[in-house]
Amino acid sequence: MRSLHAEIVRTLLVPVFFIAFVAAGCGSDRSGAVTVTFWAMGNEGEHVQRLVPGFEERHPGIKVKVQQIPWTAAHEKLLTAFAGNSLPDACQLGNTWVPEFTLLDALENLDRWTDESAVVDPDDYFSGIWETNVIGRSVYGIPWYVDTRLLYYRSDLLAEAGYTAPPRTWEEWHDVSVKLRERSGGEERYAMFLPTNEWVPFVVAGLQGGSTLLRDEGRYGDFSGSEFSSSFKFLMSFYREKLAPVGITRVTSIYQGMAEGYFAMYITGPWNIGEFSRRFPKELQDSWMTAPMPGPDTTYPGISLAGGSSLVLFQHSERKAETWKFIEYLSEPQQQLAFYTITGNLPARLEAWKDTVLAKNRYVRAFYEQLNRVVPTPKIPEWEQITMKIQQYAEAASRETMSVEEALAALDRDVDRILEKRRWMMERADRD
Amino acid sequence: MRRAAILFLIPALLPIFLFFFIPALAAFVLSFTDFDIYSLGDFRNARFVGVKNYLQLFEDPLFWKAMGNTFYFVLVGGPLSVAVSLSMALLVNSKLTRFKGLFRPVYFAPVVTTLVAVAVVWRYLYHPRFGLLNYGLSFLGIDPVDWLGDPVWAMPAIILLSVWKGFGYNMIIFIAGLQSIPEELYEAARIDGANAWQQFKGVTLPMLVPTALFVGIITMINNFQLFAEPYVMTQGGPVNSTLSIVLLMYQQGFRWWNLGYSAAIAFVLFAIILAGSLIQAGLQKRTGLSSRT
Repeated sequence: MRSLHAEIVRTLLVPVFFIAFVAAGCGSDRSGAVTVTFWAMGNEGEHVQRLVPGFEERHPGIKVKVQQIPWTAAHEKLLTAFAGNSLPDACQLGNTWVPEFTLLDALENLDRWTDESAVVDPDDYFSGIWETNVIGRSVYGIPWYVDTRLLYYRSDLLAEAGYTAPPRTWEEWHDVSVKLRERSGGEERYAMFLPTNEWVPFVVAGLQGGSTLLRDEGRYGDFSGSEFSSSFKFLMSFYREKLAPVGITRVTSIYQGMAEGYFAMYITGPWNIGEFSRRFPKELQDSWMTAPMPGPDTTYPGISLAGGSSLVLFQHSERKAETWKFIEYLSEPQQQLAFYTITGNLPARLEAWKDTVLAKNRYVRAFYEQLNRVVPTPKIPEWEQITMKIQQYAEAASRETMSVEEALAALDRDVDRILEKRRWMMERADRD
Repeated sequence: MRRAAILFLIPALLPIFLFFFIPALAAFVLSFTDFDIYSLGDFRNARFVGVKNYLQLFEDPLFWKAMGNTFYFVLVGGPLSVAVSLSMALLVNSKLTRFKGLFRPVYFAPVVTTLVAVAVVWRYLYHPRFGLLNYGLSFLGIDPVDWLGDPVWAMPAIILLSVWKGFGYNMIIFIAGLQSIPEELYEAARIDGANAWQQFKGVTLPMLVPTALFVGIITMINNFQLFAEPYVMTQGGPVNSTLSIVLLMYQQGFRWWNLGYSAAIAFVLFAIILAGSLIQAGLQKRTGLSSRT
């Protein structure tokens, strides 16, 4: 009887000890070192681990625990962690998410930290990218790696169509597309792949056309305004004139599609440099190139989006000084270069771009040019939802189930509905 | 006596009250507010909006798309799952079957596997170029199908996985139902000269009606809550062709943090499942009477 008793007590106590042990393990371990928790997404989360030993060697008192989070669940996970008060000390944050988390008052204002830092120098970043992290007048994130979208094209096919250099204006862009289509003979071939499940080209064209996307300080959508609608019409002409395939299922693999010459141009981001190098057949490796976005007028390159991820420090963190050291470490030009070598993510520091590793890669040159002409998307938390609506109506307009005017009017109506809460809050703030 | 009974019930009722009724009630109240990301930072940013969430929901084409997909899944996947589990139960329970002890656990195995792990394997089976399924179809001269990438085939692919994953559970219930049919009924039928098919139609099926209805209701309720399969396999794509009601609720609630709106979706789903269960229960009463006459 007694042994049974002891058994019960033991089974009950083991989990208690276990929990206590694990709880004690968080924050500081037995050696008295401080543990900084850092969340990183997808590919970055997998590879940033390799930079950690160098940091821990330099700072024996600090341990870094990296937690990898899949991109598809990142936003949910971060918001849930915020609601449950279980955010890490620092995190990689897509820079379009910075406004949202600033609004939640989750992020530490980094002004003081950057002022005192010997490593993070705001002048050594692409200004358009740095700008995405500035909310009000303060900075809330330090750019980690940068991302923008530009034109990937088949240089051999464009040369056949009479273009030895990539198009620089919308007019040339349209002209080369028509010539590319004519070249195909009777075969089903297109000039561009412009999938409607990617909102970026539509927003980029709108920004290039001078649209602010939203009006009245982000109170209403401005998509049926003349600037956006003329840009939108320009892109729709690619579908109407059979320069781009309608519907996304026609192309199962962009790499295969472009290698076969099913289309010759595609707007995408830096990660595809690696993919194209890997997936294009060997004999075509000299036949593809990257180029900055064409613009509506002669200013070249045309505007594109300031993308990428930032490093943020969470306000509730109890280890801000140690965490900041880790952010500084990841921001050092050498670490940025090391990270580029491992992942192919383009460094945010201008200093790092001077290195030969980057200068030697002919595909990244266009990105450097483009990154000097990038602008952020509207800094409101509803932006992600708005992009989903843009895709929805771009698809409807491309399939001609709606006219361009109908689609944009409906888009504005939906966006105004999404922004209703924001308007109410702004009005209330004005009253108070 | 009464007081003692209540005292003994409290330990059971308290958790149900705390962890079931209060959250459900809170969610119901939430569905009449516009609780969203702004409110998450500051409670004063939430407003009571009456039935606006519900009205907006009925205007949302995405909601109707999700509704259509869910009904597709329930109406095709449900009967298919019941039919497969019934056939498997008959096979396993047949007197001619050897190694019953082997087949029962084998067919039940998919039920106890983790969906996420299984989904990874099934993604390989469904792979348009290297998948086993397309390899098999190629022998029949059928061109490769992009199972998870084609809006037409994505839902059938999800249904197939879910039937495979779930039929074992219903099969066990059916086997129990089959074994409770008295042997004398079959003996009597045989004396009357009934063949195997007539025995199945005249004895097995009518005797299985209560079991089948139970299985039907449980399967329907489960199928209305379709979530994990599309969440893991397709994320609701391609072009929202596998977006289910619960997945929409999850996206609204946890991706966009529109908790008020999301709660409204939950209660619409609740109403639908309740209606479905009542209809089936009504059906049970009617058929129960008819089988007796």
